[in-house]
Amino acid sequence: MQQASASFVNVGERTNVTGSARFKRLILEGDYETALDVARQQVENGAQVIDINMDEAMLDSEAAMVRFLNLIASEPDISRVPIMIDSSKWSVIEAGLKCVQGKAIVNSISLKEGEEPFLQQARLIKRYGAATVVMAFDETGQADTQQRKIEICTRSYRLLTEKVGFAPEDIIFDPNIFAVATGIDEHNNYAVDFIEATRHIRENLPHCHVSGGLSNISFSFRGNNPVREAMHSVFLYHAIKAGMDMAIVNAGQLAVYDDIPAELRDAVEDVILNRRDDATDRLLALAPKYQGDGKAVEKQDLAWRELPVNERLAHALVKGITDYIEEDTEAARQQAEKPLHVIEGPLMDGMNIVGDLFGEGKMFLPQVVKSARVMKKAVAYLEPYIEREKAAGSSNGKILLATVKGDVHDIGKNIVGVVLQCNNFEIIDLGVMVPAAKILEVAKAENVDIIGLSGLITPSLDEMVHVAKEMQRLGFDVPLLIGGATTSKAHTAVKIEQHYDGPVAYVPNASRAVGVCQKLLSAEHRPEYVAQLQREYDVVREQHARKQPRSKPVSLAEARQNGLSIDWQNYTPPRPNVLGVQAVEVDLATLRKYIDWTPFFLTWSLAGKYPRILDDEVVGEQARHLFDDANAMLDRLCASGELKAKGVFGLFPANRVGDDIEIYADESRQAVVHRAHHLRQQTDKPKGANYCLSDFVAPKDSGVADYIGAFAVTAGIGEDELAKSFLDDGDDYNSIMVKAVADRLAEAFAEYLHERVRREHWGYAADEDFSNDDLIRERYQGIRPAPGYAACPEHTEKDTLWQLLDAQVHTGMTLTESFAMWPGASVSGWYFSLPEARYFAVAQIQQDQLEDYAARKAWSIAEATKWLAPNLG
Amino acid sequence: MSTLQRETVLAAAAQRILILDGAMGTMIQRHRLEESDYRGERFNDWHCDVKGNNDLLVLTQPDIIEDIHRAYLDAGADIIETNTFNATTIAMADYDMQSLAREINVAAAQVARRAADAKTAQTPDRPRWVAGVLGPTNRTASISPDVNDPGKRNVTFDQLVEAYVEATEGLLDGGSDLLLIETVFDTLNAKAAAFAVDQVLSERGVDVPVMISGTITDASGRTLSGQTAEAFYYSLRHIRPVAFGLNCALGPDLLRQYVEEIATIAECLVSAHPNAGLPNEFGEYDLTADEMAAHIREWAESGLVNIVGGCCGSTPEHIAAIADAVADITPRRVPQVPVKMRLSGLEPFVHA
Repeated sequence: MQQASASFVNVGERTNVTGSARFKRLILEGDYETALDVARQQVENGAQVIDINMDEAMLDSEAAMVRFLNLIASEPDISRVPIMIDSSKWSVIEAGLKCVQGKAIVNSISLKEGEEPFLQQARLIKRYGAATVVMAFDETGQADTQQRKIEICTRSYRLLTEKVGFAPEDIIFDPNIFAVATGIDEHNNYAVDFIEATRHIRENLPHCHVSGGLSNISFSFRGNNPVREAMHSVFLYHAIKAGMDMAIVNAGQLAVYDDIPAELRDAVEDVILNRRDDATDRLLALAPKYQGDGKAVEKQDLAWRELPVNERLAHALVKGITDYIEEDTEAARQQAEKPLHVIEGPLMDGMNIVGDLFGEGKMFLPQVVKSARVMKKAVAYLEPYIEREKAAGSSNGKILLATVKGDVHDIGKNIVGVVLQCNNFEIIDLGVMVPAAKILEVAKAENVDIIGLSGLITPSLDEMVHVAKEMQRLGFDVPLLIGGATTSKAHTAVKIEQHYDGPVAYVPNASRAVGVCQKLLSAEHRPEYVAQLQREYDVVREQHARKQPRSKPVSLAEARQNGLSIDWQNYTPPRPNVLGVQAVEVDLATLRKYIDWTPFFLTWSLAGKYPRILDDEVVGEQARHLFDDANAMLDRLCASGELKAKGVFGLFPANRVGDDIEIYADESRQAVVHRAHHLRQQTDKPKGANYCLSDFVAPKDSGVADYIGAFAVTAGIGEDELAKSFLDDGDDYNSIMVKAVADRLAEAFAEYLHERVRREHWGYAADEDFSNDDLIRERYQGIRPAPGYAACPEHTEKDTLWQLLDAQVHTGMTLTESFAMWPGASVSGWYFSLPEARYFAVAQIQQDQLEDYAARKAWSIAEATKWLAPNLG
Repeated sequence: MSTLQRETVLAAAAQRILILDGAMGTMIQRHRLEESDYRGERFNDWHCDVKGNNDLLVLTQPDIIEDIHRAYLDAGADIIETNTFNATTIAMADYDMQSLAREINVAAAQVARRAADAKTAQTPDRPRWVAGVLGPTNRTASISPDVNDPGKRNVTFDQLVEAYVEATEGLLDGGSDLLLIETVFDTLNAKAAAFAVDQVLSERGVDVPVMISGTITDASGRTLSGQTAEAFYYSLRHIRPVAFGLNCALGPDLLRQYVEEIATIAECLVSAHPNAGLPNEFGEYDLTADEMAAHIREWAESGLVNIVGGCCGSTPEHIAAIADAVADITPRRVPQVPVKMRLSGLEPFVHA
């Protein structure tokens, strides 16, 4: 019902250390960034005013109030609403009043200490320019009856309007909401007293308002949220009708009056309106039936604790619950003949259920990874008991996994490893940047059954080809798995498979890995599966060979002729406010707001657009759990400083010369410090232009002063260490989570920095004001293409960025021999400001451009062919 | 001590649109003063450069300042502003002249007083008033000076109140008729000024009319500290200003919509003193007197304003043209605004 009246004000209550355990913890720990998120969420949830209270014995409340209000002032999405400064201490209120530029509300003053302090405080509030809540409290105590409430409010009103000249519309009475249904008969009429006093106050004291702290009313039903919410809703329904026009509530948590089941609503109404003597007993009797969440769920959850130990283990594995795993594993161990039998028996049985459910699409990847965490904890517990009789032969097979040389990306590989482990494969994970020789040496020594290669950047494709050739040369015959973001069935078929006589399988995602490995290691299924792969790859190769280019290629000269033409004589490129290189450090809490979550869910094989995915019929629940876990990780990272973000960017005078961009030392444009090389689209574009990124910069001979930007950012400083510490703790789930979150933060950093550059440093869009969604949709002016991606696919250009920015010195980020960035959670690229600048794909280029590019880079044709391979068809 | 009553201002404003003066800085620039001119004899040995400390000129070149006041009065100004834009201990710290802040305020009010009284003596039926200016200072109480620490502040509310109390006392002692809190870009600074003014006035038991004028810094329609014009008004209406309005930053074309926003909600007179356009690439203001007057005449005809004048770039020619342009136009009528609780964050929040 709270939505029924637009003239009813919701005051957010979550930023109150006395009312929210979470907020209190955040403030006590000094995690103001996350505390700000609490404030922001309230505003997003519809709070029209936010109440801020720092009354906590362990706190310097004045300092905390000042700090928090000052921080809020820099958060426009919070500070757009008025603030309610809430404290029982006048000094805290006054400190708060000195920090808010808007017109705030004081909560509260009263006649508790007599008229003098009351009048003095009211005069000061007026001078500070705030409204105020006045508690129905006087020298003799808090008003409980209707009569006392009316009496004290009327007296306060007179004093304020007549002696202080306080604007009556700026007075908000709080006639005290007390708990009902406490079992004490004198309390039964408290709600009615409030409602009737409210009616009188609103009718007789012109322009004033009535508010109250709603949660008190249901205090005796702590732990039963559905009943509490019903009580709040029913109480509000009647109090609003009587004239209550403001309340301190959790705006996200209010039942709709009409949605409350009739039975419960009637029982609650009897209590609130004090309609029958046995109202409390009846509501108490009914309450357990509606105890749908909170404690009730826990109770229901704990029912599984009554099951036999094997089933408890299976339950813990399927549900991913680690809380009791050691206790249960110990119980199982005592029952088992040998500790190893616990692993081979109940634990493997449980994991088989997980594997089956996953195979049937009834469990999702994040759950499986959590199951693995439970399994690992159980195994870790048992290890000291297991004698040196290694579980030989008990696994389904031994699989070596590695991210190839030159590449640092391993989230996908780690997920595959966990999923395979869940299905009783033994995993040897060699980590990242593993040279071919090392992979093959370990494969031989450990006698592995399968080798799996992973990579994210395009040069890794070549490295995989190299590994396949080496396997052939050294006489391997074990299956080779190919996976990772840039790999494809076509590439596997055309470039890798032909070099290796053993089976080669492209694995498009982690969910497929189990099936592929099981088939490859099954004597029964392998021949048929390998033959099937052969046929598939033949088809792919044939299609590839037959593939007509969708549009015909044009010569480089023709393509250049048809480059994007800009009327430079009538366009003045914006001059950056600051030229040169600047290092940037930013806290994770800031970056967090810029996260594009959709790819995060994809990492975990949950497909769907954020935020819709959270309500998805199929994966919604998992998505929500995953999202909660990610946010918990973010909370931790924001607070702990274990993960750091560093970046650097630079803005430079630049002009185009041919398809290159000359970057100058200074505005004299004499000394070329670096030259960026770009590739041009080379297919026939009858309607559009043949784009090249250089087209977005004014040509040197135009005489127009233009500029270019460059950036490199990482949110991965510490990610490897942290991921490893989780892994060492048997927690694959959080090990992967750290990296998945770091990746998102790095992208968020790129988004954040680009915005700052547009608004401040380059400053050509000082007024832009986009939501995160708009940013994700790239609604802004200008682009930030990243070397290695479609518009500038050649990776070695990152080296130019690094030199230009002195990126390693400023950020610690390095480049591998394949020009992958380390840490993995990194982004780098160019900034172009031109309104016409857009993203495009260079796609396939021709021999003439290959030669031209080689000449520009001073490369041999062989070298150019190597680096441009992905674009040579 | 001033005897000007709020009712007197309101009565005059009911008759005609009142004229505020124009830019002081622009006029001072015309004199091309050098370091030695700024120093005068008294500060010959001052330990740091003082060129550019325009407020100091009320002590070292009072005749120049009085001449400028006189030029604006001759152009038709009803209200002239004291040359005290930076005359707070906080802003004077740039020249290490904190200790002179009070003296400058007194002297500036006296200079203006002399000029105004001389003009009033010529036409006693039309009194000229001195508005004691309280500028924004060069620090912001609600914006962090450090991008890495958004919670940091380089000035506190209490420091601002202390500085404004001293300036207010000086302005009143020098004979100001009104107080003008102007060029507000951070509302919290202005709230501190209002707090100080209220405190001084109640201590002295006087009721000097207060004018407030804010600055919309760019086309976003917000103050530098992020408030909309309406939210800004709600933050300061508790001081019961006799006039509320906008000045500086924008030329009349861009400022109009925000003046209109204030005009519909303000329960007091509305003032506007825009810049003479936006500065060109040489830092000069291009809008001619006639162009500016044409804009302001349109505002007046639309019933938006009660008090008009000019800010940066405007000159006595501009003020004369403006005074002429609005002379025959009925002033804005102060609307009856319903009684509601009017709160604000960065945005207004009105609760019935």
